[in-house]
Amino acid sequence: MDTRDLISILPLLVLAGWACLLLLIDLFVPRDRKSITAILAAIGISVALVINLMQLGEVRQAFNGMIVLDGFASLLITLFLAVGLIAIAQAYDYIKRRGIERGEYYSLLLFTLCGMLLMATAGDLIVVFLALELLSIPLYVLAGFARPQLESEEAAIKYFLLGAFASGFVVYGIALIFGATGTTALDGIVASFAATQENPVLLLVGSGMILVGLGFKVAVVPFHMWTPDVYHGAPTAVTAFMSVGAKAGGFAALLRVFLAAFPELSAAWAPMAMWIAALTMAWGNIAAIAQKNIKRMLAYSSIAHAGYILMALPAAANPTVAPEALRAVLFYLFGYAITNLGAWGVVVAMEKAEGGGLAIEDYSGLSNRRPGFALAMALFMLSLTGMPPTVGFIGKFYIFRAVIDADLIWLALVGVITSLISAYYYLRVIVVMYMRSGEPETRSESWLNATVWLTGLGTIVFGIVPGPLLALASQSWLSSLVP
Amino acid sequence: MNIATDYILALSGVLFVIGVLGVLVRRNAIVIFMSIELMLNSANLALIAFARAMAPAAEALRGHVLVFFVIAVAAAEVAVGLALIVAIFRTKHSIDVDQVSSLQG
Amino acid sequence: MPSDYLPIAVLIVLATAVAFIAILIGHLFGPRRPTVKKSDTYESGMRPIGPGTRRMSVHFYLVAVLFILFDIEIIFLLPWAVVLREIKILGLIEMVIFVLVLLVGFVYAWKKGALEWE
Repeated sequence: MDTRDLISILPLLVLAGWACLLLLIDLFVPRDRKSITAILAAIGISVALVINLMQLGEVRQAFNGMIVLDGFASLLITLFLAVGLIAIAQAYDYIKRRGIERGEYYSLLLFTLCGMLLMATAGDLIVVFLALELLSIPLYVLAGFARPQLESEEAAIKYFLLGAFASGFVVYGIALIFGATGTTALDGIVASFAATQENPVLLLVGSGMILVGLGFKVAVVPFHMWTPDVYHGAPTAVTAFMSVGAKAGGFAALLRVFLAAFPELSAAWAPMAMWIAALTMAWGNIAAIAQKNIKRMLAYSSIAHAGYILMALPAAANPTVAPEALRAVLFYLFGYAITNLGAWGVVVAMEKAEGGGLAIEDYSGLSNRRPGFALAMALFMLSLTGMPPTVGFIGKFYIFRAVIDADLIWLALVGVITSLISAYYYLRVIVVMYMRSGEPETRSESWLNATVWLTGLGTIVFGIVPGPLLALASQSWLSSLVP
Repeated sequence: MNIATDYILALSGVLFVIGVLGVLVRRNAIVIFMSIELMLNSANLALIAFARAMAPAAEALRGHVLVFFVIAVAAAEVAVGLALIVAIFRTKHSIDVDQVSSLQG
Repeated sequence: MPSDYLPIAVLIVLATAVAFIAILIGHLFGPRRPTVKKSDTYESGMRPIGPGTRRMSVHFYLVAVLFILFDIEIIFLLPWAVVLREIKILGLIEMVIFVLVLLVGFVYAWKKGALEWE
């Protein structure tokens, strides 16, 4: 180990050290001044973000290949840290209002972010496992943060039991892969299998178990059943963070592990991923139609979007399409993060003290009461449907194109048809906001408003001028795929 | 006495399946949790068995290292899990997961 | 070789059979005259107070949780101690950092009052 190794993970080190310090500092922050902790946490994330942006474009391995810093990692780290900043801004007044303002919220948020950062840079299955747990365990606690409210506790325990179940699969999968190839390094696995072609069955079962375990984390059908309940029960600000951060973290691991370690097995896992993606898109969108609660509706919508993102995996299995698919998936993750955080921000603003204000009907007349908010929400809904001129349209366009280029026309067709189905329930929210009359109760909290404006702006700007972000995404390679 | 790796792996596989079935069949949160621990530990057993089979190779150490991390992470999960279970028991006076269902809708 | 296990299998069968036979013989031929004294939980011991399954205080769980967290970290300390001579000062620094992180958790638990019994 030398200093170069440490510099490679400097954002992570800063964040982890700061999270520990914050835990101690918070002990001396008076109970009614917890905003100090929030601001300190935001400063920590900003410092990490600046360091990360300075490292953008560097490609190197650290800690004997345990850590891989490449474009893919840097771009995702940028995404995670930005999501973390927005999550703090959204929670700032929300947890005060819910009466659950405790300083640990921000420390836990930072710890989860550490897990995501580690996930993006993992170059070894051991690190993947550690990152997965570091990401998940603080989130279990955050989901139950509104204790002793029963809904939040139930969400936490459901999330915990199924999350731990999933990590059991991941560990066993890693064990089998270790047995089959004699290593856990992602590049070592490829090299070992290419050299010997031994134990394909063990390797196949192991990679399948990892797919199941990570499938739970990113909530794809048939491993999605926890999602609506957990998203519904967890405090809304946590759900917003979870639906974007945890999902992107899971996909970071999924893409890196499957593309970097198991390219030789793509004939086996590509069809599997294809079917899971198709099922996820279909079921997520169809089940969302029946929902009356906006949190549950957005939960099913997030399941459906996991399906769209997963489509890129079978497409990337084709080496000639891989660059295009990877670029599409990174762009989609950015677009999805911006849009979804915005939509959840509006939900946070509409939520009343005792869990009221969460039915879609409660949004009646929002256009009269808060025209700006209604416009932003309409934009988010259009973007989630995938209509121009929003970032969601561009994201879907590139994903579909990558899938078609990989000759998976039927999968792209499923994507288009389910997008049409999804328009029904997304547009219903717009109809309710603009066509029905009502007097919804909304809150105007400056930080929360700022996140909604910012994400709204992002949704439209990246929808009209996607070029810069797209260029950035196309430079963001998985270092193992560099020819 | 030297036990063949296959036997240890078979045991580990059986333990893993018992763990999975336990999670799917039992309704008590603590028992489900114990089953999950069984899954993690069956993976540990497999890792150690594989590491022993390739013993003199330096790569075998990776298996040992992962086992250490799994044990430590499992302890962290126990802490969070027990705390959550105690919290929900205080509110609801039950840890039966079938009764943890006020969110269905 | 599986045949090496034959003696063990024979032993298991014999041990089980002997145990069953002993219980069976006692059950068949032994006289049974129960008295109040005999059916006590402890025939010649202390008088039991209250039911056997009392609910434990939640404090025990808290202590158990804290114990397992700090206890498990030994698994990192032990291998470290074994190879300390080889990894030299760098290993020492790393372990100091590790213990400091643990200390953060300890201080947090202490200040939050998790170590107080009441």
